[in-house]
Amino acid sequence: MSAAPQVRFYQVGSFAAGNRLLGPELQSDQADPARANALTCGHRACQGCGEALGARYILDAAQRAAGGKVIAVNATGCLEVFSTPYPETSWQLPWLHSLFGNAPAVAAGVAAALRAKGRTDIRVVGQGGDGGTVDIGLGCLSGMFERNDDILYVCYDNEAYMNTGVQRSGATPPAARTATTQAVGEEPGAPFGQGKNLPLIAMAHEIPYVATATVAGLRDLEAKVHRAMGIRGARYLHVLVPCPLGWGTASHDTVRIARLAEQTGLFPVFEAVDGEVTDVTPIRRRVPVEEYLRPQKRYAHLFKPEVRADVIAHLQRTADRNIARFGLLAEEAVP
Amino acid sequence: MLKQTEGSRAVAETVAYCRPEVIAAYPISPQTHIVEELSRLVKSGALKPCEYVNVESEFAAMSMCIGASAAGARAYTATASQGLLYMVEALYNASGLGLPIVMTVANRAIGAPINIWNDHSDSMSQRDSGWIQLYARDNQEAADLHPQAFKLAEELSLPVMVCMDGFVLTHAWERIEVPEQAQVDAFLPPYEPRQVLDPNEPVSIGAMVGPEAFTEVRYLAHAKQMQALDAIPRIAGEFRQVFGRDSGGLLHPYRCEFADTIVVALGSVFGTVCDVVDEMRDRGVRIGALAITSFRPFPLDAVRTVLGGARQVVVLERALAVGVGGIVSANVRTALSGIHLDGHTVIAGLGGRPITKESLHRLFDDAVAGRLEQLTFLDLNTELVERELARMAQTRRSGPSAENILRDVGSNR
Ligand SMILES: Cc1ncc(C[n+]2csc(CCOP(=O)(O)OP(=O)(O)O)c2C)c(N)n1
Ligand code: SF4
Repeated sequence: MSAAPQVRFYQVGSFAAGNRLLGPELQSDQADPARANALTCGHRACQGCGEALGARYILDAAQRAAGGKVIAVNATGCLEVFSTPYPETSWQLPWLHSLFGNAPAVAAGVAAALRAKGRTDIRVVGQGGDGGTVDIGLGCLSGMFERNDDILYVCYDNEAYMNTGVQRSGATPPAARTATTQAVGEEPGAPFGQGKNLPLIAMAHEIPYVATATVAGLRDLEAKVHRAMGIRGARYLHVLVPCPLGWGTASHDTVRIARLAEQTGLFPVFEAVDGEVTDVTPIRRRVPVEEYLRPQKRYAHLFKPEVRADVIAHLQRTADRNIARFGLLAEEAVP
Repeated sequence: MLKQTEGSRAVAETVAYCRPEVIAAYPISPQTHIVEELSRLVKSGALKPCEYVNVESEFAAMSMCIGASAAGARAYTATASQGLLYMVEALYNASGLGLPIVMTVANRAIGAPINIWNDHSDSMSQRDSGWIQLYARDNQEAADLHPQAFKLAEELSLPVMVCMDGFVLTHAWERIEVPEQAQVDAFLPPYEPRQVLDPNEPVSIGAMVGPEAFTEVRYLAHAKQMQALDAIPRIAGEFRQVFGRDSGGLLHPYRCEFADTIVVALGSVFGTVCDVVDEMRDRGVRIGALAITSFRPFPLDAVRTVLGGARQVVVLERALAVGVGGIVSANVRTALSGIHLDGHTVIAGLGGRPITKESLHRLFDDAVAGRLEQLTFLDLNTELVERELARMAQTRRSGPSAENILRDVGSNR
């Protein structure tokens, strides 16, 4: 099974190339003038918000795959807050927010109601940030996996609690500065060895489909949503969505940063079916982690006042381990 | 159909006749028999279409009811005690979103110390959650309140809690007139949601509301509960027409005419209270009793009407507002503001301590004789408490008082 359409070219530095160069069958859902436009403009996300970008692509693709019949359930977090300031809403599909920690269970309730009513045509998407998913909502999510509820659950991973002002979450990477893992002391930033790898936890539930993606590979993301929507049962999609505000990156760099996360190996992109990895997106141009860390203010303390080569080397080892573990290096990759 | 059955079972069967489409449940004593029976009814096909979902926690159970209700399904769950507290965040959400979920609370004490027996601490803690709260006096009423609860919830788009005393009612076998399917169908129309998640007509439910409208939203929640003050007696009347029984309503006065002393109570203790009232009336004492069925909304006017002519009121409370005293009494006092009569709070039956006729006789005699204090703990072992208080005064530091008391209880044996 392949993660994405086999794109023949490789795009460097610009994201202007894309749909024009592809055949119509490979074009993105977003290129379709009749696209669902699930999340309309006018919401209050920060400029360059990876989460807003990801959400729009994912829900448009989900709607396309389900013939427009999708109900979305949202956890508390940036995505919810920036999209529904009363009395306005940016959602063009039926959408329900309840709480921070219960989106998977609320989605399961919607799915149960649809099942009771025999509405197999309407599909359910649950979504939340990494805090809502990895930390407070993990119990409900695990229950949803265990029951194999017919839901696509999407985690928008911006690696911290952004909506409450950039505090650490269980998905905050080691050494990253957040408001609760400050850049002070001997070992500044988030501690090593405390991360939670939710895609692997999801796989351990042996649900029918688990995938990771980033907003640097939007067509890959769409393809995965389409694939997930073709499957019944619990499906989990973990998407890396850089947050300019929390990461301290330029608004126009969101996609570039997400791509660097992939290319370093820090964020492995793969698919898993029934608990087994079935496909990975190979790294085409391998880059050292430093290239990824440098542009982000949340890692500034690794470079100033002095370069923390030890910490950077530690992070490099993590990337290398991912590369080995998932077999991320493509044949033609240049180091 | 009249039959000898367990309270939980009568409730489960009645709930099934209400045709819930989604039941999410997590077990906790003394609620377990209700959800066990419902799981059997769904599995055997007696109740369909219905999705019975085994969830991983009470928080998930209530969350699932929220999703199901918003998607247009009639949703039900049941819980008690720690389970109810584990749901709290979602409880406020269910009412805030105006979702007509019905939940049975098999009332039980809250730990620590852990205690599985009956009192009202659990549901009382949720008195401000925006849920309507109805308290059953007996198992007949516990069963009968459920069709009424669904009707009320769905008319007003508000969630309703039916509270029944744990063990005392849930596990008691009695002769109960269990409603029949045809009767329930005649009484309870199918659920028509006020607002539903539908791809053909998309709505956003649960938007973020700032200071510019939040007060108004809360005001409307209050106004809806005020509407329930009319709806509850009307629905009880409709119930009587179909089922031929008096059940539910706002409150039930018992021999309150020309009563100098009126005892206010909620739930199953009311039967014992009425027995004692009868015996005291036989002795010529002018005493009456008042059961409050609808604790939320609190029927201020109706309570005032019943109690207004009395000389004193004794409120029997099965929960303690630590640091102040009585929860129900505070509401009764609000109802009586401007009227001067003696008010007494009696904390009774905490953690399943039996409330005996003998104790009640003593208590009411004291009240009638003007000997009752403002706040009384019925059958409190004062010796035990004094000893621990003295010990605490000596050591002047925090310590395991529950353990000390338990040790003393042991050495008293
Ligand atoms: C029970 C509870 N605790 C805390 C909060 C406060 N809170 C709201 S959003 C949020 C963080 C959201 O982080 P995440 O899920 O990562 O989403 P993001 O905003 O980063 O997209 C927190 C802590 C809450 N709403 N509910
Ligand atoms: S704080 Fe981050 S995640 Fe939140 S809206 Fe801004 S960019 Fe997006």
